[in-house]
Amino acid sequence: MRLEYFQMLDEIEHFDSQQAILKARAAVPAESPVFEGHFPGESLMPGVLLLEVMAQASGYLILAMNGFSRMPFFANVKSANFRSFVRPSTDLTVSVRRIHDGSGYAVMSATVERANEVVCDAQLTMRNVIFPSEALQQHVWSEGRRLGLLDSRVA
Amino acid sequence: MASTFETVANIISSVSDVPRDQITPQSHVMKDLSVDSLAFLDITFEIDRAFTIQLPVDEWLTAVNEGKRSGDDYFILSNLCSQIDAIRATTAAA
Repeated sequence: MRLEYFQMLDEIEHFDSQQAILKARAAVPAESPVFEGHFPGESLMPGVLLLEVMAQASGYLILAMNGFSRMPFFANVKSANFRSFVRPSTDLTVSVRRIHDGSGYAVMSATVERANEVVCDAQLTMRNVIFPSEALQQHVWSEGRRLGLLDSRVA
Repeated sequence: MASTFETVANIISSVSDVPRDQITPQSHVMKDLSVDSLAFLDITFEIDRAFTIQLPVDEWLTAVNEGKRSGDDYFILSNLCSQIDAIRATTAAA
């Protein structure tokens, strides 16, 4: 993870397009300016960033399934539960499943675990649109290649 | 068994907090009921689930944005319900 760059996923552990599921590793760094403010003397991974982990895993599942042709934007979250504190230097596993494939949107179920203990879960809706800019498309494709979800031969 | 309109009106009421008695077949989902795009996403999800279909909202919006169709064709409730019935009939026949 590089929190300051919103780079939340480190490695894809499993992707199954038939089942519409993805599992990824997300390692919380030992140090980050984020922890200087959240909180002084008591470093905790912010809940909003755990939500971002689930949103990015959801997004990359959708991207992998649509061939990185349309950009999933985080549109809605329901039933988000933050069940325990997450501290620096924690290895997390995020698992997402597409529970509904709509027209221009998808509804996802997401769970973040630490050593098989659920630390947070949520239902997220992602709105899938044409990439709004070439720069964003190139960035997302680059991240897709880094994570091994997009063929390195794609420009 | 509830009619398509009853089911859709109940969904809109529960998702958007519009009082059920204000929803009529002549209501335009956005213009009359003030449903915004995010709430309509929730409504679409609930309709998809209730009828086990996939409303082709993307195609509809493209047709409206390109001036090929009027938004009334899809977002006035009686028309929306007709669209749902047509999709269900096609799905059942397939």
